[in-house]
Amino acid sequence: MERIIFYTLALIIVVFAIASVSSRKMLRSVIYLLFVLCGIAGFYFLIDYNFLAAIQLTVYAGGIIVLLIFSVMLVHHIEMELEVVKKARQILVGLLCLIGLGVFLITIYTHPFVVVENQITTTTADIGYKLLSYDDGGFILPFEVISVLLLAAMIGAIVIAKKVGSE
Amino acid sequence: MITGISLYEILTVTSIIFFVGVYGFITRKNLISVLISIELILNASAVNFVAINKYLYPEALQGVVFSIFIIAVAAAETALAVSIIINLYRQISSVEVKDTEIMKY
Repeated sequence: MERIIFYTLALIIVVFAIASVSSRKMLRSVIYLLFVLCGIAGFYFLIDYNFLAAIQLTVYAGGIIVLLIFSVMLVHHIEMELEVVKKARQILVGLLCLIGLGVFLITIYTHPFVVVENQITTTTADIGYKLLSYDDGGFILPFEVISVLLLAAMIGAIVIAKKVGSE
Repeated sequence: MITGISLYEILTVTSIIFFVGVYGFITRKNLISVLISIELILNASAVNFVAINKYLYPEALQGVVFSIFIIAVAAAETALAVSIIINLYRQISSVEVKDTEIMKY
């Protein structure tokens, strides 16, 4: 059962990722990205990290996709077709990416991973304690740094997108 | 871990997503498309962190925490990039990479 779900999700993700980078229509490209992100949330559910899947769905599918759709709507005509690069360049880049993928896969398949068989379920409380613990291996400092980064990004976005003549 | 699925299969899928993202990053000529490709690359790395955490070190939580940080950084980056794109469109009425040749105004 898990095998069927995994392969279906993998197929959806790969097909829509390729469609997303090759579609000529901007809005369709964003919607294909939404399908990819939902498929990856399915991976997280399958691998038994429910909290991460929820974050993936809310932050990516809920926040980032809406931001991208907003910017597409503000910037483009809905029917406008993107210009594409020359065919020769596309083929060259595609070949280079295939070579890189080959190197990756050879490296992965020749590396002996020591897999630990387990069925441990990680609860949200475990992740929360780990994030906020200040013992060895705790993540309280990066957590605070990330919160400051988010605040700075928010203020920066407001300052950059503000109308120039309004001050 | 997923019953019947080895780590190799997950890493294969994420490698494919990563290189699809790299392909889009190089061939696309529009700033929003480049942003979409970056999202693909970041997602591939986040899935890798989680999968390796679950398969090799199931007691630890470092991979999950790093994935959360990756998602937070991606959100911040997208918000900034969208605001820069909108500001750029206001200034030069274009979001193509080739028209973007000035850093200030």
